[in-house]
Amino acid sequence: MDYNETETSVTESQAPEPNTALAQPKFSVGIDLGTTHCVLSYAAMHQTDDDQYQQQTMAIPQLASPGVVEENVQLPSFLYQPHEAELAEGSTSLPWSAKPAFLVGAIARHLGGKTPIRLVASAKSWLCHAGVDCKSPILPAEAPEEIQRVSPFQATTAYLQHLCDAWHYLHPEAPLAKQDVVITVPASFDPAARELTVEAAKATGLDHALLLEEPQAALYSWIESSHGDWRNQAQCGDVILVVDIGGGTTDLSLIAVTENEGNLELTRVAVGDHILLGGDNMDLALAYSVKAKLENQGKRLESWQLQALTHSCRDAKEKIFNNPDIDNIPLVIANRSSSLIGGSLRTELTRNVVSTLLVDGFFPQVAVTDKPFSRTRTGLRTAGLPYAQDAAITRHLAAFLAKQLNATSELKAIHSPENATFLRPTAVLFNGGVLKAQSLAERLMSVINSWLAAEQAPAARLLSGADLDLAVAKGAAYYGYVRKGKGVRIKGGTAAAYYVGVESAMPAVPGMSPELQALCIAPFGMEEGTQEELPNDEFGLVIGEPVRFRFFGSKTRREDKVGTRLDHWGEDEISELDEIEITLSEEGRRPGEVVPVHLCAAVTEIGTLELHAVSKKDNSRWKVEFDVRSGD
Amino acid sequence: MNTLYTIDLSLKPTTFDLWHVCLAGTVALLTLLLIILLVGLLLTALRCKKKSLAQTSDAATSEPAIKIVEKIVEVEKVVQAPAPEPIILKEASSDAALQLLSLLQQEARFIDFIKEDISTYEDAEIGIATRVVHEGCNKVLNEHFTIAPVRTEQEGNKITLPKGFDAAAVRLTGNIVGSAPFTGTLVHKGWQVTQIRLPKLTQSHNAAILAAAEVEL
Repeated sequence: MDYNETETSVTESQAPEPNTALAQPKFSVGIDLGTTHCVLSYAAMHQTDDDQYQQQTMAIPQLASPGVVEENVQLPSFLYQPHEAELAEGSTSLPWSAKPAFLVGAIARHLGGKTPIRLVASAKSWLCHAGVDCKSPILPAEAPEEIQRVSPFQATTAYLQHLCDAWHYLHPEAPLAKQDVVITVPASFDPAARELTVEAAKATGLDHALLLEEPQAALYSWIESSHGDWRNQAQCGDVILVVDIGGGTTDLSLIAVTENEGNLELTRVAVGDHILLGGDNMDLALAYSVKAKLENQGKRLESWQLQALTHSCRDAKEKIFNNPDIDNIPLVIANRSSSLIGGSLRTELTRNVVSTLLVDGFFPQVAVTDKPFSRTRTGLRTAGLPYAQDAAITRHLAAFLAKQLNATSELKAIHSPENATFLRPTAVLFNGGVLKAQSLAERLMSVINSWLAAEQAPAARLLSGADLDLAVAKGAAYYGYVRKGKGVRIKGGTAAAYYVGVESAMPAVPGMSPELQALCIAPFGMEEGTQEELPNDEFGLVIGEPVRFRFFGSKTRREDKVGTRLDHWGEDEISELDEIEITLSEEGRRPGEVVPVHLCAAVTEIGTLELHAVSKKDNSRWKVEFDVRSGD
Repeated sequence: MNTLYTIDLSLKPTTFDLWHVCLAGTVALLTLLLIILLVGLLLTALRCKKKSLAQTSDAATSEPAIKIVEKIVEVEKVVQAPAPEPIILKEASSDAALQLLSLLQQEARFIDFIKEDISTYEDAEIGIATRVVHEGCNKVLNEHFTIAPVRTEQEGNKITLPKGFDAAAVRLTGNIVGSAPFTGTLVHKGWQVTQIRLPKLTQSHNAAILAAAEVEL
């Protein structure tokens, strides 16, 4: 018998060739930097046979508990700040570091479960949270003064660093910086959050990492796993709706299938808003309902019991969803002390509760005209993440499809009938662990199809064969591979048009602030590697003095060209992002000098938006900073 | 030509020349060889006896021993002579055993459950706790071991064992007579571990602490 210590021992099919290894990337590496988990997948760049694309998912060594190193394909995106007396000397060493700077992964989640005040979670959601400075130490948000805080940016860097170190430990012959690295971000990430992700990659030495939107990555993974059969499953004229429901976020995208000279082309036509709603909300919902039931019986639950309950609800939910024969699952909240038999609480979770709470609560049968409800936030709100107020994912989806009615208007191959009230998807691709549950997937499909049926449109079909947990990382690795011209690529460009706010020139009226105009500086769908200049609109900027602009984005206005000035716009058409800041450095100039500049927007090959102020006189350029989020 | 070589057995050599040295050396060498051979034979005889005992110990318990390559080296040092195929008994690694106990305690509250006096509880109460233990043990087994049946045939069916079957993997019981192939009823399909994925431990980790005491502040 042959005993491997690890199941996923990496078998290198090709011996490293010292000559080519340095010059050319050996692997295409995809990193899914998820809200709750990180995954790294990779594929050899030089596949022997193009039809047999092979890829692996890295088993990431990580501390599971003090002194115990375990390998798992998922690295939980958690960071724990231990007290100096909490852990024994040497019990936090990893194979590559005797004392890592931060505790991340399974151990962080494990320790943080019992000491939440020291746990950093959902750092990724903070990156996209307007109104906070992502580089200032603000996490854990609820921590007492003496606990050293980290910034969301630092936490993201720490997860990436762990992945890098693990890679170098397992592949010492192939430095990650020399490989083709693709990092995925939610499609709904704004330019500032994308910029921060790229910066985090640079901080770990990954200077050439590319960004890819997660729903696109999921579609790439589906294309890869179909082994060429996707051309039969998708036809010209299809609109594929990608629904990605992860642990903490829901991400929506629409991808159109068109034809060009006989080849199918994929274009990402729309992305949804950043919705902080996911599987964790479902587990919590179940736990709270069980808690309420226990409290009716006169049993009060402490916070550690609620936590244990959330865990067992998650397991029980999966069992109920996966076995149609099981109608109830007993739940036991084990006593914390060594006396297990006395003092453990027993309750149960029934199929009924699970379907009412999860299927009807998160995926209610709604009309396509429904909008997610939002109540105005009360004035006193502690600093926290802007979690979605409406838990109904179907309502968010309905609003998204209705809002994107005209998303395909520029594509001739897609026929959107006159009477349509929403953009009708013809195919649906699922991603994210939540949709592994058959009943949830079925309900979501039936809701979408009921909308289609109401307008006499054919039912959408579900694209099958996706690996819901690992698809994003796998798709990212495959994207790195197809970038070398070895397969179909999804076109898309920027998922929004961007505007700066300028005051309109009008005579001053007492008591009224000058009206704000939105000046388009980057149109919708700008492709990577292109730039747009705006030479006719000049600003006089003072050297050495930072100037701030209000910054807006629109996910629906596709027709605005660079230089378009908007006086009025619909409320949900344009949303305000964080301010941008321009500081003209003093190099070779007198402070106080006024320089006329115009703005220039470029989408980098990496996938980030870059704004520059360009002087007309001598063409010198200054970078415009996105991440100037004020901490107020 | 006429020189007569008389052999006087009582004669003692007065000079110690090279020939004598060689002679003495050869004698010493032969004696040593003889001793080694005898010791070797004796050891083999002992091993054969012990082997039958060792076989009865469960396969699963000896498996983690794969990890303790260093310990095997130590034992080799003790037996210096190049005796014929020195047979070393595998010593089960205590770290791996402790690690497994610790995993069972963490996930399944195994030690808590076994150490608790169950005589004072009702069956229903024990049943509640058993769910925790069963679920956790199941998780540990699935996460850290790949367990497969030895024989894939249905239990209760007749199976035939060819000549030279693996006697360690299939145990014959009952009316063992005649010679292979043997035909009999599969009473138990057997279990084997095909893969072990135990976590690694840091140098300073004290595996004897199965579960740290917990103090809430």
